[in-house]
Amino acid sequence: MLQRTKSGAGSRLSLGQRLLRDRVLLLFALPGTLLILAFHYLPLLGNVIAFKDYQPFLGIGGSDWAGFGNFAVIFNGDPAFLRALKNTLILTALQSLIVFPAPILLALLLNSLFSERIKRVAQSILYLPHFMSWVIVVALFQQMLGGSGLLNNYLRSHDLATLNIIGNSELFHILLTSQIIWKDTGWATILFLAALSQIDSQLYEAASVDGASRMRQLWHVTLPGLRGIIILLFILRLGDSLTVGFEQIILQQAAVGREVSEVLDTYVYNNGILGGAWGIAAAVGLVKGIVGVVLVLAANKVAHIFGEQGVYSR
Amino acid sequence: MTRRIVNGVPMPSWPMRIFKGLVLLVFCVAVIIPFVGVISTSVAPNQQINESGGLVLFPKSVNFGAYESLFAGGVVTRALVVSVFVTVVGTLLSLTVSCLLAYALARPGFSAGRPILLIVLFSMLFSPGIIPTYLVVKGAGLLDSLWALIVPTMVSAFNVIVLRAFFGNLPAEITESARIDGAGELKTFAFIVMPLSKAVLSVIGLFYAVAYWNAFFSALLYLNDSSKWPLQLVLRTYVINDTQLGSAELGTEMLPPQASIQMAILVISIVPILLVYPFLQRHFAKGVLTGAVKG
Repeated sequence: MLQRTKSGAGSRLSLGQRLLRDRVLLLFALPGTLLILAFHYLPLLGNVIAFKDYQPFLGIGGSDWAGFGNFAVIFNGDPAFLRALKNTLILTALQSLIVFPAPILLALLLNSLFSERIKRVAQSILYLPHFMSWVIVVALFQQMLGGSGLLNNYLRSHDLATLNIIGNSELFHILLTSQIIWKDTGWATILFLAALSQIDSQLYEAASVDGASRMRQLWHVTLPGLRGIIILLFILRLGDSLTVGFEQIILQQAAVGREVSEVLDTYVYNNGILGGAWGIAAAVGLVKGIVGVVLVLAANKVAHIFGEQGVYSR
Repeated sequence: MTRRIVNGVPMPSWPMRIFKGLVLLVFCVAVIIPFVGVISTSVAPNQQINESGGLVLFPKSVNFGAYESLFAGGVVTRALVVSVFVTVVGTLLSLTVSCLLAYALARPGFSAGRPILLIVLFSMLFSPGIIPTYLVVKGAGLLDSLWALIVPTMVSAFNVIVLRAFFGNLPAEITESARIDGAGELKTFAFIVMPLSKAVLSVIGLFYAVAYWNAFFSALLYLNDSSKWPLQLVLRTYVINDTQLGSAELGTEMLPPQASIQMAILVISIVPILLVYPFLQRHFAKGVLTGAVKG
């Protein structure tokens, strides 16, 4: 076996020789790499069916080309597609405006606690829901807020009017948003808390000597300290901004109907996998994926203009 | 007005502290109450459940009837076996494959390291569409097989990056001295690196295990055969969609009230996570942060 040499000497070997030398490491890396290629990169090629009149029994090769025919449903404004797009955008807006800032506020609150013990207990409790599946979260919400749930039983036993929350199409978007907040706000504080602990405490002392009130300290020391991580997470969030929660929605779609609950992902699932309109569903999925990548690249560009590092450097 | 100064920052005023305490208390209660309600109802006496019309917060006595009928060998017992199988086998495979990949990527001078690392990193930036992924799984002949719950999600790029960061931080002297003593890559990896990495292995292992245990999407997509359903699908059908569980599905004659059966199914799917949670919690802050900072 060839000896591993320090870098520099190694470059004298040809690529073939180096690969031969590294054959054991190559074998180590092989299964994982193949799995990522097969289930992340191969499906990219599978997007070709967006341009085909895909018939499952003919296979991808055997199906006829459809040009941009499948995209017509998007560009001609098919009502079902527009409905899914509208709901997706509403949920995207709610998630950016409410779900995204929530952990920042909670992290500031936790960080401002003087008792380490209370802080730790609160963290253990608040992190927990993140580890529950969506099925469990939806079931728990039903048990709490549903027609025969805890809240309504309490109201009923005290002769008060019951609240119809679960299965109410008008409240559906709010319900989805509050479920996400319940599940993930606590967990999402973890990164902000880490960033907060990195802030030099001398900055606070200096600000305090200069007579800054607690609010001014928050504004001039704490928030600038969080800026980098907030921008980073927001850019990453943008890439997924059209992904508004497939599992969560599909679990509750039956209760409220598609009018308010159909989003792009459920549209793709319902029309493609259940409905057999493979090409159209793949076209919608492809456009959604492209929009996500474009948003990330654009947001990163904007971050660079403002002198931030963004997800990757130039 | 003088206030106590801690770390150069004045203590907040009393009303502010009470306000903050209240906000935090509301948050925590909102998290805890559902769990308490579900667990209490699953063990509450039948009469109390019927009187309350649903959930019970404080059971008058404890009754495990619902669990007995769920474990009698029906749908839920089968789903539990499936979930345990997928979680155990999936986690072991995921850990093995991810550690091997991460270790190779962490070795300095590995000639294919750079391109493979880029492949891993780029896969985090996009998610493959639902339809093409389904076609790949179908093409691999995995439909209606339990392997469909394991193979497509076996390697998480994020976890590989965290593992790589950890392996990269191990002192190089240790692996070098092993090599001088004549150990090959496999021996070094198995007998030197793995035993030194127990902490990170347990965190990543638990992350994988929780993901397998909670997997709903892949089961919904790939399993039509209801005899292969994991717990999450059973939970959806019999708790969320409120399909009645009869003695045929339960494999027992004795039928406790639906509410306590439903809550017991919910508890069965929550308890394993509650059991590992205290352990998980000790480590995950460090695990997540290594990944976030280095990745």
